[in-house]
Amino acid sequence: MEFGHFLSALTPFNLVLALFGVVAGTIVGSIPGLTATMALAVLVPITFSMDPASALILLGAIYTGAIYGGAYAAILLNTPGTPSAIATTFDGYPMAKRGDGDLAVALACFASVVGGLVGAFALLLLAPPLSKVALAFGPIEYFWLSIFGLSLIASLSTGNLMKGLAGGAFGMLLSTVGVAEVSADIRLTFGSQMLVGGFGVIGALIGLYCIPVLIDLVATPDRHLKVEEDVRSVRIGEAFRIAARSKFNLIRSSVIGTLIGILPGAGGSVAGLVAYSEAKRSARPDQKFGQGEPDGILATESANNATVGGGFIPTLVLGIPGTPPDAIVLGALLVQGVRTGPTMFSQSGSIVYTFIYGLLIATVLMLPAGLLIGRYAYKSIVNIPKAVLVPTVGFMTIIGTFSIRNSVTDVILMLGLGVFGWVVGRFGFAASPIVLGLILGPIAEQGFVQGWTIGSATGNLFGMFFGRPISQGIIAFTLLSLFLPLYAAWRLRKKPQEQG
Amino acid sequence: MLKRTFLKMGAALAVTATLASGASAAELNGPVNYIIPFGPGGESDISARFQQPFFKDKFGQDLVISYQPGGGGAVAWATLNGLSDDGQTIMGVNLPHIIIKPAQKDVGFKTEDLKVFHMFHFTPDAIIVRADSPYMTLEDLVEDARANPAQVTISGSGKATANHLAHIKFDKMADIQTTYVPFKGTGAAVTALLGNQVKAEWGYSTVAATQGEEVRMLAVAMEERHPLFPDVPTFKELGYDMVGGAYRGIALPKSASDEVTGMWSDMIAEINNDPAFRQQMLDNGFAMLDVEADGMEDFMAARSEEYLNDAREAGLIE
Repeated sequence: MEFGHFLSALTPFNLVLALFGVVAGTIVGSIPGLTATMALAVLVPITFSMDPASALILLGAIYTGAIYGGAYAAILLNTPGTPSAIATTFDGYPMAKRGDGDLAVALACFASVVGGLVGAFALLLLAPPLSKVALAFGPIEYFWLSIFGLSLIASLSTGNLMKGLAGGAFGMLLSTVGVAEVSADIRLTFGSQMLVGGFGVIGALIGLYCIPVLIDLVATPDRHLKVEEDVRSVRIGEAFRIAARSKFNLIRSSVIGTLIGILPGAGGSVAGLVAYSEAKRSARPDQKFGQGEPDGILATESANNATVGGGFIPTLVLGIPGTPPDAIVLGALLVQGVRTGPTMFSQSGSIVYTFIYGLLIATVLMLPAGLLIGRYAYKSIVNIPKAVLVPTVGFMTIIGTFSIRNSVTDVILMLGLGVFGWVVGRFGFAASPIVLGLILGPIAEQGFVQGWTIGSATGNLFGMFFGRPISQGIIAFTLLSLFLPLYAAWRLRKKPQEQG
Repeated sequence: MLKRTFLKMGAALAVTATLASGASAAELNGPVNYIIPFGPGGESDISARFQQPFFKDKFGQDLVISYQPGGGGAVAWATLNGLSDDGQTIMGVNLPHIIIKPAQKDVGFKTEDLKVFHMFHFTPDAIIVRADSPYMTLEDLVEDARANPAQVTISGSGKATANHLAHIKFDKMADIQTTYVPFKGTGAAVTALLGNQVKAEWGYSTVAATQGEEVRMLAVAMEERHPLFPDVPTFKELGYDMVGGAYRGIALPKSASDEVTGMWSDMIAEINNDPAFRQQMLDNGFAMLDVEADGMEDFMAARSEEYLNDAREAGLIE
């Protein structure tokens, strides 16, 4: 663990890199359509002339800043800046609408810092044993994990269970369009080549979340977000007090985020969702999740930033990238001749430990930087007149969607989904179930097909699907999350009858 | 009041104009847009990353790598001919993908549409097992498969890909029946192997290079043994006539002029001939190829015939 590496992480050059990375990452992450992956891909060549540890610190700082930055648009525009911030819209936007947007942004900052620190500490202290967790998750576990995620959509759709499930199912249907990952079949393209690429997650995200918001902004003459008359200048103190009261929520969500971050391919969106549902499940009766509850933001933002540190565990220990940004970091390391994998901690220990300490420092630097940027972002979004805000955001959504794959088709699909989302939104269908179905659909399908192939080849289909310990745990959680609310509602209904 | 509004609108326009002009300025000036038709982290990405510093060093321009995943590469390849042909935009191509995909269905491009100007490496097919696997040699695996048909599960990247074709070919040659489990990309296939979800993996020599001591490569599909793995026999030595893998190269839009094509072929060839570059590629498990623009037609014709035959026999295409 050697603290000498801590000092090497503290060199002025590395500090500047960490600060620059966090700021740049936050700005990139806050713009829907620009992803951490893009920012890293563009900035990797700069790192070729640096030593590996500094390169890693810069890339890690950008990554963690971007995951945090996604919260701004989620809170202020109801559009996740990155998929990791999907669950932040649940309580973030309601808070912004009632005038607590600056509080929400400050809460997101504190939560992100805590989550990032927990993830980075896990990377520092527990990487080798935790990497075994990544390996223990096979196709079947991923299948049940995505079923669990889909069940969470259902239970989180307050009061609209059927509509939530319908949205999730529609999202899964959308995910089948195009080339199937595991069978190379081409599905639902209706012969046109336009749909071969399918519905990209980012485009769908922007379309389903942002376009309805823009349409509504144009449709009403009201201000976009409520602004308090007496500007309470320091809500940071208030945010800190709320965060300190919710220590348990923060830690629990960060742990969930770290564990999910370890699983390659799961991602920050799943982490935020699971952490949110756990926070909701153990909420006090007076807390109203979904209507602007601070604990909701604390849960999702700490979980998604914890996936940064968690995702580096399989990347560095196994040489298997946890998320697309991790894959870019892997590539940057390979170019430098650094071999990741089991030998990395022993052979290139100085690089790894200097990087991890640098990541910790960058996460800490995110606190002042994030709070400052957050206040500025809040002030500008709130004060910009709608006549300027709507066209600017609209234009940026189009550019953002186009820049993902240089594809006009993606923009058309995004706009189409956007109008569709606005229409069904008026009938009570939310965007989140659809987007989550789109994300989880492929994971569920791949897990199922792979599990089925292995299970039927080894003649042990039932044991494959239901006999594995981790899967059984996930199935139990799924049943719990599905039936606990029903059971609680049933108990509530029984009570007056008993007393009467 | 009106003036303030106009000022703010002007500021907004300026911001968005910078964003827009920023996007186009990169292509007109020196930097080159190198599009990888997959997500980051795969062999296409890694080999491009290796080329990046050499390119900057030799030709003084930035090679800007961007990713356009989708349809297993089809989305990017379908858009290639709509991009500018002034030589500022190039795109990675992969065999067998660009041969088999158009033969299967209308994916938006035909193999002939892509002007491939250089094939610079391939990753030889290889069977990989965990270091603690009971299979010490290829024959162990074959025997187990013969004794227990379909019970030997082997992971690989996707379907109708190099891994899949290798699996089908080998099963035929060895007269065995193993079960191929497709995963999304080499990374996921390796994870499945390391996690003991499957018994073996159809991968490449690059996997063995990355994973080092954790895995054992049973055989590699090359003419001669890979310099990095002198102890690993080739399929040929063991009696199976299998040489090949996934080939990777670079293409320009079809309308690119002969001068531009020749210029690019020479540039990539220069990088490819650099001893430091070759060493780096070999050290990471890649195998080098040097097919330039003038030899491309024959190369592609030979490979096409081979792949289409294999795919037809495998039942992947009509």
